[in-house]
Amino acid sequence: MVEMKEKGKFSFKETVNKIGLPTLIIGVFWLILIITGGFLGISMSTLLSDTLKRAGMNGILVLAMVPSIQSGTGPNFALPVGVVCGLFSLVCSIELGFTGVTWLLMSMAFAIPLAAVVGFLYGKLLNAVKGSEMTIATYTGFSIVAAMCLAWLMIPFKNPKMGWFIGTGLRETIQLDAVGGAQILNNFWKFTIGGEKGIIIPTGMLLVFGVCCFIVWLYFRSKSGIAISAGGINPRFAQASGIEIDNNRIKANILSTVLGAIGIIVYSQGYGYAQLYSAPLMMAFPAVAAILIGGATASRAKVSHVIIGVIIFQGLLTTALPVANQLFEGTDLSEILRMIIQNGIILYALTQVKGGGK
Amino acid sequence: MSDNLLSLKHVSKEYSGNRVLKDINIELKKGEIHALIGENGAGKSTLMNILFGMPVIHTTGGFEGKIEIDGQEAHIKSPHDAMNYGIGMVHQEFMLIPGFTITENIKLNREITRQNPVSTVFGKRLESLDFKAMNEDARRALDTLDMNIDEYLPVAGLPVGHMQFIEIAREIDKTGIKILVFDEPTAVLAESEAKNLLDAIRKLSQKGIGILFISHRLDEIVDVADKVTVLRDGEHVATKDIKDTNKFEIAQLMVGRKISIDRSEGPNKNSSDEIILSIKDLNVAMPGERVKGINLEVKKGEIVGIGGLAGQGKLGLANGLMGIYPSSGEITFNEKTLSLNDPEAAIKSGLAFVSEDRKGIGLLLDESIELNIAFSAMQINNDFLNKLGPFRFRDSGKIRSHADKMIKDLDIRCTSPLQRVGRLSGGNQQKVCVARALTLNPTLLMVSEPTRGIDIGAKKLVLDLLKQLNTEYGMTIVMTSSELAELRAISDRIVIVCEGKVEGVLPPDAPDAEFGLMMSGSKSHAEGSEA
Repeated sequence: MVEMKEKGKFSFKETVNKIGLPTLIIGVFWLILIITGGFLGISMSTLLSDTLKRAGMNGILVLAMVPSIQSGTGPNFALPVGVVCGLFSLVCSIELGFTGVTWLLMSMAFAIPLAAVVGFLYGKLLNAVKGSEMTIATYTGFSIVAAMCLAWLMIPFKNPKMGWFIGTGLRETIQLDAVGGAQILNNFWKFTIGGEKGIIIPTGMLLVFGVCCFIVWLYFRSKSGIAISAGGINPRFAQASGIEIDNNRIKANILSTVLGAIGIIVYSQGYGYAQLYSAPLMMAFPAVAAILIGGATASRAKVSHVIIGVIIFQGLLTTALPVANQLFEGTDLSEILRMIIQNGIILYALTQVKGGGK
Repeated sequence: MSDNLLSLKHVSKEYSGNRVLKDINIELKKGEIHALIGENGAGKSTLMNILFGMPVIHTTGGFEGKIEIDGQEAHIKSPHDAMNYGIGMVHQEFMLIPGFTITENIKLNREITRQNPVSTVFGKRLESLDFKAMNEDARRALDTLDMNIDEYLPVAGLPVGHMQFIEIAREIDKTGIKILVFDEPTAVLAESEAKNLLDAIRKLSQKGIGILFISHRLDEIVDVADKVTVLRDGEHVATKDIKDTNKFEIAQLMVGRKISIDRSEGPNKNSSDEIILSIKDLNVAMPGERVKGINLEVKKGEIVGIGGLAGQGKLGLANGLMGIYPSSGEITFNEKTLSLNDPEAAIKSGLAFVSEDRKGIGLLLDESIELNIAFSAMQINNDFLNKLGPFRFRDSGKIRSHADKMIKDLDIRCTSPLQRVGRLSGGNQQKVCVARALTLNPTLLMVSEPTRGIDIGAKKLVLDLLKQLNTEYGMTIVMTSSELAELRAISDRIVIVCEGKVEGVLPPDAPDAEFGLMMSGSKSHAEGSEA
């Protein structure tokens, strides 16, 4: 990334067009922060390790944007729908007493069919509200999170690892350590570059992200995937070629929801905690921001946009916090700054959303 | 000076180098009804845009020549200026607010107001409406038109004919209205309503208002107008007094001989008697191109041209068959019944369609040439795919070699099969569309407006290509076009569609006047063919 930016300064206009202005601005901003951080004596290897970890955690959630954007329903602002499916499967898997790798695999095994069904219904909903998908999606996400808040309280889970110490219902934050699930993927084939304090590579998690990316990439080279993209780019063209656009939109949103569900499981294990209740509420926004920064538009997205976007966006967030901490030591400003930076990026990325153009 | 109410002098206009109006001169006297006629793209609407000072004119560099009103040069920079000069327009599509009453619609934004305590403090915008005075004004305007309808009724629910009159009433209620432009006013009206309208137009002219009457219905023009100006391809062909001319002559002037595309050979030898496509009572709900009961038979191996003016439904025919717009009717294709409203079934049955809306329906502009060519065949016929378990993936090798072949065969000028089609010229884009249609191996190819928006040299190439497909591969072709010249160049017979129905069928070498009359839906084209 760093090298790419430096080249950008030489053949300016062409590079800007190729990389895309948002990607460039955020990338350069990140670079400036890293340099500032370097002067302030912040450990580079920690920064890069954290960046990789967070990128791996968030990657699949960002990837979930690709099918929905390609199908023409816009960025999946209803990502929380997939997220709660994943969380639900995850707690079910704990409830049934699975631990370790079995827990992880069972969580995913539950999550995929559940998310597929929910994604189907969500796709139906989107077909009913053509033209205002983004708004409807946002509020679908909000509603489902609220509804699930009740569910977390009322479903009679028995496993003490998840319950409140007094009363019924699930805890706000469930420690995955308890089921041997924390960082289970991160630690798989984990290695360090550059000695004891070098850069930590969470191989397992990056592999899972890579495999998901590959599947999505491959899918959009299949007959069905090409039909979905065509429907997204030019519905009338697709229709005239005898393609069932509505079905394709549903298919794409099933895929997106399933990715959202898998994504949160990978995220939770990396974080070490499963966060329930209102935590999924804002999940969609960083993911949307990341893919837009990666160079996608509201109507065109590629897997490469996901990878570039998630690295830059998460890199910026991880770098911004310690740098701000150093600059404004002893104040509460750093947390406020982090909010400003994260939401500022989202806002900036969303202003770059264009209806159909390049 | 002269007694001309309005004169357009040497008016020319070009859009980015493309001359759409050349040296137009029109004079309109007080109380005169001056008809303006021309095929689509003849420049009628551009002329009206100039007269109304529409922003589209001034943002594209203005126009040449001058407009005089009452002998004084007028500078019309905006529709508001036009209104101040006393020019009014009755639109083809009504600009009325359905929930408002007739009076409110007539007086919209020109309300008569009275002061009240609030408005004395907060200004004129808050004055109360003087409904009594407004109703009286509306009544007067309606009476002028012999409309005995109550002015306090809401517009919603009124018959179409009445709405048209309310539009007119609104225009004549404006003080100082001198010139009234009617843009295809009878297009949406039933016959009796149209007659009332023409009477009203006559009455208005007797009051001294100059009227510009745009229509393609020759019968109406001959009936109501005093003078007629014919435009063709942006050129002023002729201005004649109605009493010195007749509709045959007008029709001939309107169609004329354009750039001649030579017919290379005699009658088509491929054509057999076998009927490949039979259309019975086809109705298509395509907005702006409604088809209302077309009956047509197409023989195997022939090229059928479909002509007619815009908005008459010629484009709806192919779009309906391909299932792009909702349609009904009984279609037999290749001895099988074709299920309508199902694009997939249409393509599978062996129909292929090159759409008139190249950039809208025809192409994926941001995608490569090769994907555009292979797309439909891939989706419908499962060509160009590798099977891998339950999944089918694109076979890039096969797609590439097929695209290369098509690029060579159709002579598509491009840098590589990976070039985005959006970057190609119009003619080459059209060839990509044709290539995609051919990739489906169709038995019958439907082409709509194949030369729209492409330059003359490329036009010839596209037409030659169609001709070649017909003669060499025996492909049956149904070509729809607004350009009569190109229909005549390659078709074996030409079907003229008017008002959603087949008006008649002509051989390509029939005289101009006959085409003109048929396209205008003139009732007496039968006698015209004898003349």
